[in-house]
Amino acid sequence: MSKLRKLTDKIKPTFSKGGKLSFLHSTFEAFESFLFVPDTVTKKGVHVRDSVDLKRVMTVVMIALVPSLLFGIYNIGYQHNLAANAGMEFWEMVWFGFLKILPLYLVSYIVGLGIEFASAQLRGHEVNEGYLVTGLIIPLIIPVTTPLWMLTLAVAFAVIIGKEIFGGTGMNVWNPALLARAFLFFAYPSHISGDEVWVAGVDGFSGATPLAQTSEGLSSLHYSVSDMFFGFIPGSVGETSTLAILLGAAILIYTGIGSWKIMLSTVAGGLVMGLIANLAAPSADCAMAIPAWYHLIMGGFAFGAVFMATDPVTSAQTESGKWIYGFLIGVLAVIIRIFNPGYPEGMMLAILLMNTFAPLIDHIVVGRNIKRRLKRAKTV
Amino acid sequence: MSEQIILKKGLDLPVKGAALRKISMTVVPDIVALKPTDFRNLIPRMLIKEGDVVKAGTPVFADKKNPDILFTSPVSGTVDAIVRGEKRKLLEVRIKSDNSGAAVKFNVPTGFFLDRENVIKALLESGLWPCIKQRPYGTIADPSVTPKAIFISAMATAPLAAELEYVLEEEFEALQTGLTVLGKLTEGGVHLSLNARNYISGNFHKFEGVICHYFSGPHPAGNVGVQINHISPISKGETVWTVDLFLVAAIGKLFLKCLYDTSRIIAVAGPAVVNPSYVRCCAGIAMEQISDLFNFAHGNIRIISGDLLSGKTVGREGFLGFYDNLVTALPEGDYHEMFGWAKPFRLKKFSSSRTYFSRLTPRKKYNMDTNTNGGERAFVLSDVYGKVLPMDIYPVYLFKAILAGNIDKMENFGIYEIIEEDVALCEFVCPSKIEIQSIVSEGIELMIKEMS
Repeated sequence: MSKLRKLTDKIKPTFSKGGKLSFLHSTFEAFESFLFVPDTVTKKGVHVRDSVDLKRVMTVVMIALVPSLLFGIYNIGYQHNLAANAGMEFWEMVWFGFLKILPLYLVSYIVGLGIEFASAQLRGHEVNEGYLVTGLIIPLIIPVTTPLWMLTLAVAFAVIIGKEIFGGTGMNVWNPALLARAFLFFAYPSHISGDEVWVAGVDGFSGATPLAQTSEGLSSLHYSVSDMFFGFIPGSVGETSTLAILLGAAILIYTGIGSWKIMLSTVAGGLVMGLIANLAAPSADCAMAIPAWYHLIMGGFAFGAVFMATDPVTSAQTESGKWIYGFLIGVLAVIIRIFNPGYPEGMMLAILLMNTFAPLIDHIVVGRNIKRRLKRAKTV
Repeated sequence: MSEQIILKKGLDLPVKGAALRKISMTVVPDIVALKPTDFRNLIPRMLIKEGDVVKAGTPVFADKKNPDILFTSPVSGTVDAIVRGEKRKLLEVRIKSDNSGAAVKFNVPTGFFLDRENVIKALLESGLWPCIKQRPYGTIADPSVTPKAIFISAMATAPLAAELEYVLEEEFEALQTGLTVLGKLTEGGVHLSLNARNYISGNFHKFEGVICHYFSGPHPAGNVGVQINHISPISKGETVWTVDLFLVAAIGKLFLKCLYDTSRIIAVAGPAVVNPSYVRCCAGIAMEQISDLFNFAHGNIRIISGDLLSGKTVGREGFLGFYDNLVTALPEGDYHEMFGWAKPFRLKKFSSSRTYFSRLTPRKKYNMDTNTNGGERAFVLSDVYGKVLPMDIYPVYLFKAILAGNIDKMENFGIYEIIEEDVALCEFVCPSKIEIQSIVSEGIELMIKEMS
């Protein structure tokens, strides 16, 4: 342990100002602070600091994503086995899933972190931890069959256009992971939607997601509620198991990192809009007649509500704003699902749209606070 | 008892080394210092030079912008050194005490003559005027302004703060006199905020001629700024004054004994203090004189005049601040910790967030040090700051308005209502390690510049 420290201290001057490799100092700093909590001490202001830092925060989010990731890996194998009728054992399915998802992660992290390091270097900043989470999420919200070159483009687009040009983590307007998915969706629609992209390793197999099936009405749905809840359905890697997502939600809510207000209001918004659609449904077997709560366990609704809508940077910043923000995400997601026949999934667009309007919501909330404070002055 | 104001937001830092209720030392002053840097926005004009003989109460320097505001020597002796920094900025005036007890005898008004004008005159002459600070901005009060009211906190919630009930045990008469005198300065009354939980066991609720308020809650409930926000918030154009309770005692003693008497009991506390306890001393004493209390065994330690959140680092060669009745010492955190952020438990570290487990051991106290525990980042989490600021203010919006230098927004978001100490906890909990108190200082400086 102390040997590593000695080595670090020995090579540090090479990367510091004036050293041979000083142009790599952000990279060095990133690795050093990954290995060791830095020895910096408080200078101005408070003399003691809370132990929590962004590395810790991001670690907790990553832990919360693990159940979804693990189940996703298994489900890739499970769906393949089902489609190909391969008669695989449990571990064979897990291994199959692992081999399928590994390249996605390699691309996601190498491309994404590469750009992050380069831009931190250019600006002379410390490398931000934000991409560790984004890079973990991106493979979870795309079909496992996505070609790697497309993923490369999508990740580069999300990190550069979505984040770095705004100034990096903390400054971005849209959730970068969703932006990557949106890029794929609009640039290569045939590869990210339709019925043939969800099952790996079986050509021409149509593994329609529950959402695609229910766009015709409830009678076309071939999956049971328990399959949809536990996740034995085709879909993006991490989004299928509502149970695994709920485990993650529990971690995020307990640690206070994910806002329970946003999660709850998103669910409420989805349910309310679903019920309205139920009431207005023209017949008993059409998209509008799907029971409202089905929306919560189909497609990316749960994953979006727990992991994407709660992104602290792109969501509403004010506590009352969070209620409005979440509720509208739920409402919009269900509206898009029901009334847009071209694309059955509405969660991505709903969140991106509300990311755009989050500052407006906050502006209104904060404006009311200002008015209240001015009024207070008059009464006293 | 009038209505109790219960504050839920905030945080009591569980740091080791709270002072026990005993006097472990009485310091006979040797060299004391008067530091213009203790006063925000002050440009001093020297009135004496090195080698001059002074009495307790002799003017040492004055405020250049308002020469009536005098700063006087707390002891009798000779001027030992005038310490200047960059650009000849006056940092310290050091006075070598001869302990002869020679003191200036002030004319103080009594009875019929105890009116606003005479009280101000006596406070200005004696050097006690700087005890009165104004809000907004936390600068020395302007004697030509009549404040809306005067606010005093009789509740200390800052980490390791001196227990006011204990250090002012013998000062009841001085405090009552001080409060009566301050009452002459405003039409809005003197508002005294007491700790709702235990005021009944002390004397503070027995004062006459004050309006009592009862607060309960974790730090910063004891900060006068937070209390004002709940009693009578400051709006644009209004001015209120605040005085620390132990300085009210000094004002009282002026009117009782006609002397500038800065004797006080201070707490010496913190993880790097051998015997956390109280010390009897006067204003401006040297840290060297109480260095027996510090534990240098742990290597580098930091000595702070004031509390862990807003105090100033003075070091072993430094001096006690004008407004401070607490000295805190803690180990420096200049070490590397391997995979510190990734260790699941890290039981010796405190965090208010639930990403660690210190919430599960609420009674545990920690040996805190000065490590930043991470690198500086942009604002990411949005709801951590509001949880430790019990005011009707959106802190991040205010900080961002200051960073943008937008005066209108700073006004709207509440710059008049806060000073650094009120947002110190926001800085403590900030996972992005942003220097929030420095941002607020810049905001206040900008406001003073633009509004004058």
